Amino acid sequence: MDGITGALGWLTDPAHWQGPNGIPTRLVEHVELSALAIVVALAIAIPVAFYTGHTGRGGALAINVAGLGRAIPSYALLIVLFPLLGFGLITPLVALVLLSIPPILANTHVGLRGVDREVVEAARAMGMRESQVLTRVELPAALPVMMAGIRTASVAAVATATLAALIAGGGLGRFIVDGFALQDQAMLVSGAILVAVLAVVTERGFTFAERRLVSPGIRLAAGAEGAETAPTELARPEPVA
Amino acid sequence: MIRWDWIGDNLGVIGGSVVDHLVLTILAIVIGLVISFVAALVIRRRRILRGPITATFGVLYTIPSLALFAFLVPFTGLTLVTAEIGLISYTLLILTRNILAGLEGIPAEVREAADGMGYTGPQRLMGVELPLALPVIMTGMRVATVTIVGLVMVTAVIGEGGLGQLMLRGFNRQFPTMIYVGFVLTIVLALVLDLILVAIQRLLTPWSRRAAA
Repeated sequence: MDGITGALGWLTDPAHWQGPNGIPTRLVEHVELSALAIVVALAIAIPVAFYTGHTGRGGALAINVAGLGRAIPSYALLIVLFPLLGFGLITPLVALVLLSIPPILANTHVGLRGVDREVVEAARAMGMRESQVLTRVELPAALPVMMAGIRTASVAAVATATLAALIAGGGLGRFIVDGFALQDQAMLVSGAILVAVLAVVTERGFTFAERRLVSPGIRLAAGAEGAETAPTELARPEPVA
Repeated sequence: MIRWDWIGDNLGVIGGSVVDHLVLTILAIVIGLVISFVAALVIRRRRILRGPITATFGVLYTIPSLALFAFLVPFTGLTLVTAEIGLISYTLLILTRNILAGLEGIPAEVREAADGMGYTGPQRLMGVELPLALPVIMTGMRVATVTIVGLVMVTAVIGEGGLGQLMLRGFNRQFPTMIYVGFVLTIVLALVLDLILVAIQRLLTPWSRRAAA
């Protein structure tokens, strides 16, 4: 229990809540890096997935990119990019973007493909243009699966942003890495608590946003088939045979 | 860019890292499978425990690995135990979920037929339900194994890490060759373990191969 009481003392010390190495600064660095990576990943993955999901063309590519993304560990990607990109924000940012694209791309594609073809045909028969079919019919129906992908990517981004401290980056991971280096258990455990809380808050926040954004009718249908297993089920590797 | 002579001179070090990585991974998967199996059976007995158990495993899965290892250090130190507790905790959600999904996907008629043939509970589980659930369980094993191969690297911060240790040393010494060797071998290791699991699944479920042909 020594670690916990030490951490409580550390976390409640006002000195740790100010300055360039304070908790607020590190928290902002952490959230900035993760959010920036997700925004860039969305800007890349969503247009591609809209195309493959709406037209059905290039679907295998989208799924394979996602499968490849799973096989590359975040820690390994972060360090391997370092000799190529060097110190600074760019290395963790590129790593986070590369890791965030696969779940967003795969889930958006699979969500769009999963929309009932009869519903899409009905929308066309009602005279909707292709862009209207996508934004008014397919997108709302695909939203639960799509949001699950964005949530997975965001939680992973928060986790990987922690590892950025290993290659001299900022963020809350700094407290953990420095805690190890200085053998300061209070700082170490405090960093762990802060990172864990941020990850859980991110996960809960996106789950809440999903509930608010998804139309009630679709939520009902998704709930009936057990939406809980959806994200990992979608991301699982395709059987080789 | 790559110092091939270093690789040639240090095959022992590299091989040792691969073995360490493999041992850390397999230990976590095997123990994780046993715990998940027990958890799945408990959930099937007591439905009410499903929510709390999956929620607990879900939170463990959400906590970033570096934070989880850091949190354990004051209790279990810079040891293999710390590494394994962290690694095992990441297998639980994936494995439990897939074991449950596999068991629940079995048609009720199959269960009734087994009961009708006089199978006892454990006999039905081992002889009928587990074999039928195996493809879904093996899918979970594959996802868990690839995930753990990646997470083992992070245990480099607590002095383990296998190939992650090699990469971190390469970073600290500003020696890219070590980084590239670690990177490539990790991905190869993940792919090889995945292929082995596919082969095991084919061996264990010969009937699915026949059905596909």
